[in-house]
Amino acid sequence: MEKQLNINGKIAKVTFTPEELLLYTLRQNGFTEVKSGCKEGECGACLVLLNGKPVNSCLMFTASVLEEDKLLTVKGIGDLHEPHVIQEAFVDSGAVQCGFCTPGIVLASYALLQENPTPTEEEVKKAMDGNLCRCTGYVKIIEAVQLAAKRLQTK
Amino acid sequence: MKKYTTVGKSEKKIDSLSLATGESKFVDDFEMKNELYCKLVYSPHAFAEILDIDDSKALAIEGVVDVLHYKNVKHILHTTAGQGFPEPSPYDCTIFENIVRFVGDRVAMVIAENREIAHMAVKLLDVKYKILEPLFDPEKAMDPGAPQIHDSSRFTPIGVKYEPERNLAAEVEIGFGDIQKGKEESDFIIDETYNAHYGQHCTIEPHSVKSYFDEMGRLVLLSSTQVPFHVRRIVAQACDYPLSKIRVIKPRIGGGFGSKQEVFLEQLAALTTIKHKRPARLVISREEVFQSSRTRHPIRVNLKMGAKNNGEITFLEMDSLLNSGAYGSHALTVLSNCGSKVLPLFNKIENLHFIGRSVYTNLPVGGAYRGYGATQGYFALNQHLDILTRKLNVDLPDFIKKNHIQVGETSQVFEALGEGRDGVTQLVNSCQLDECIDICIKEIDWYKKHDKKITNGDKVRGVGLAVSMQGSAIPLIDMAAAYIKMNEDGSFNMNIGATDIGTGSDTILAQIAAEVLNVPLEKMIVYSSDTDRTPFDVGAYASSTTYLSGRAVKKCANKIKDQILGVAAEIMESSLEDLSLESSKVIDRKQNKSASYYDICNYSLYTKDQFQIQAEASEIVEQSPPPFMAQATEVEVDTKTGEVKVLEFVSAVDCGQAINPQLAEGQVEGATVNGISYAMTEEYIFSDKGNLLNKGFRSYKISTAADIPKMKTFIVESHEESGPFGAKSVSEIGINGPLPAIANAIYDAIGVRMYGAPFTAEKVYRAMQAQKIE
Repeated sequence: MEKQLNINGKIAKVTFTPEELLLYTLRQNGFTEVKSGCKEGECGACLVLLNGKPVNSCLMFTASVLEEDKLLTVKGIGDLHEPHVIQEAFVDSGAVQCGFCTPGIVLASYALLQENPTPTEEEVKKAMDGNLCRCTGYVKIIEAVQLAAKRLQTK
Repeated sequence: MKKYTTVGKSEKKIDSLSLATGESKFVDDFEMKNELYCKLVYSPHAFAEILDIDDSKALAIEGVVDVLHYKNVKHILHTTAGQGFPEPSPYDCTIFENIVRFVGDRVAMVIAENREIAHMAVKLLDVKYKILEPLFDPEKAMDPGAPQIHDSSRFTPIGVKYEPERNLAAEVEIGFGDIQKGKEESDFIIDETYNAHYGQHCTIEPHSVKSYFDEMGRLVLLSSTQVPFHVRRIVAQACDYPLSKIRVIKPRIGGGFGSKQEVFLEQLAALTTIKHKRPARLVISREEVFQSSRTRHPIRVNLKMGAKNNGEITFLEMDSLLNSGAYGSHALTVLSNCGSKVLPLFNKIENLHFIGRSVYTNLPVGGAYRGYGATQGYFALNQHLDILTRKLNVDLPDFIKKNHIQVGETSQVFEALGEGRDGVTQLVNSCQLDECIDICIKEIDWYKKHDKKITNGDKVRGVGLAVSMQGSAIPLIDMAAAYIKMNEDGSFNMNIGATDIGTGSDTILAQIAAEVLNVPLEKMIVYSSDTDRTPFDVGAYASSTTYLSGRAVKKCANKIKDQILGVAAEIMESSLEDLSLESSKVIDRKQNKSASYYDICNYSLYTKDQFQIQAEASEIVEQSPPPFMAQATEVEVDTKTGEVKVLEFVSAVDCGQAINPQLAEGQVEGATVNGISYAMTEEYIFSDKGNLLNKGFRSYKISTAADIPKMKTFIVESHEESGPFGAKSVSEIGINGPLPAIANAIYDAIGVRMYGAPFTAEKVYRAMQAQKIE
């Protein structure tokens, strides 16, 4: 099957099999920033934003994504040269250890802060509940999200 | 204390922006043209002989390239434990064999053009098994008539005690003093048995490897490994392929915690590329990680401790039984560390005996896991001390302070117990454990809460304390090396074998060099973990990198410094003793002149008697200075349901000079939450046929952000003279405390002793009921 997907604001032509998971389609088309950790929708490493909402791309068929849908990966919010405030906050807070979970967690934070620009610690914890991180113990991730919220407020 | 410019600063981790923007590449992110997809086939039986494998149906499918199994792969005994050579683990496995020893043991590997075809072909493999009687209970492993899991062809390359005929994978025994005398002097003896359980590392990146031939026909392995140099050696051995033709590269890797110190996939990808002259990809699934990779070894620890009524400990006997699972990976060394990292902490005990045995069972295989036996040992010892002090009616924090090892002291255990050989005599040069304890009891408000059973309806609160030490590298065994060269603009390339697995070692090692050379961190260009391009390093294990690799880097940077000073002396016509480094230049104090690094490097490369300012250095260590830690927690137990909630967790660590305090804190926080998760929810649940039932994150629950308690972490200032800028290790120790601290807190709340974990509502409730019946 073939489809045009809107990924990070650009149109990408992708080919896929009828039962192919969005995770595979994305990775096979070069979006390797979308990580594969468990393929059962538990770890959140493959999280992307679909029309601004976080979804685990391992639980979604590519066939079910519409051409008018907007997909966002972590590269879509900022890059090495122009990082997003959230990405910088993760760096400054020491919230990145191995970094395998980071793309998914940064996007979960992005979705949270779009919806709730001033989350409490509890709200941050709840929003991160679908993302596993084994390196950091979450402490610095929570700090990073709060730092990003603060910086976005004063921006 | 000396003021440093970059050491001791929370510099940004040098790869973190690349990771946070998704630029960094992990193994599976490298695109290979014409790549073969590899998929392993596993045993459904705990113990069986393979009578035959018929792969004809699988091979008949278009797109199936090959099926590897015992009939077509060379049988070379080796160990998958990525340790120094010769390894202290037994040579008890081959790549494929006609015997399978646990549910999840490898039977074959399908090689196909793509994922779909491989997954289809796996189901078409016809394997005939003769089922053998399995052995699941480690306590019965050495009984006469117990099923024998390995035959007598297996051996240990270092010639230590190993008796596969009795399922004995390893044994260690040490002792000093006179146990009998100790017993006679005791007013009472506490005799208890504790069980530390199976656990999974749960790196979010599953184990991954890709292999290909480069343009010169050399075999390149991209591996998610903690030990690239051991990978090269073990692949050469297991595949009978020249080491000189293998290059191992570790790109970014998604967590290790010991799990990726195991070399069990690389040989399979290598064989595929060697045989088919094509790139190969082998990335295992989460289910495979749980069942077929490696685990924390369960250890049953029996402690017998005698004491006088005045509080003097008269003797201690530790008897540890380690369940190694089907293979003996790290069976000896984890067992040794269960004693050697635990017993020296209470060095006043004059009569001591430790016996440990590792036995084979038909269950998943243990391996290296953060804490490495110490976690299991401290679960027992910290509870035992809690029991003892309650019996003596003395204060636990005070008792620990009076009895733990102090600066200037040693323990006979250091000398007696090494890793497969005698240990090394060592004195403790730095120890701030008292301060760590003080911080913990203050933060947790110990004296207002301990033994108070603060009750709210059905819920009762309690507090618990645990202390531990670890080590820093394996003395006289581990080696690390570094190479540095200078560039025209005063930047430096630093190539190191040290392996950053997410810990930030690239960053802190760069900080160490930057400190010596007096340059900002961004002037250090780090390249690590590539067997062709970086010097040797044993890899990321045994809490060795900061201390050992850090010393190698410091030594190397000092050689560069000398060369820089030499060139500066020539340029400025100075005498060496007048010169010193100051922010990217050399100052001649006497002549009041300076030469910039720009001038110096350009002079050395282009002007006169040209040469490259460059150096290498190797380092071994004679000591393994322990970091020390105290951890305290407050829990709330629901007496109606047995549900335990960890409310707060405090950790205070003495890791010497923290090279990068933020990264050091991150290590402690990560290890602590991993430990809390292990204590509260994580466990392997087996069917009566030895099949692991919870092979995924849905059924094997690990902590999420929503689960963590209020966390407080303190880095206590300390200076280890032998360490680079006073540093010791920090990455493992934090996992030792949660299990016993929480167990002690549960006892403090409800008076029920938890000898096994995880402390699920069900287990705690059952323990409460059992106590009521008694």
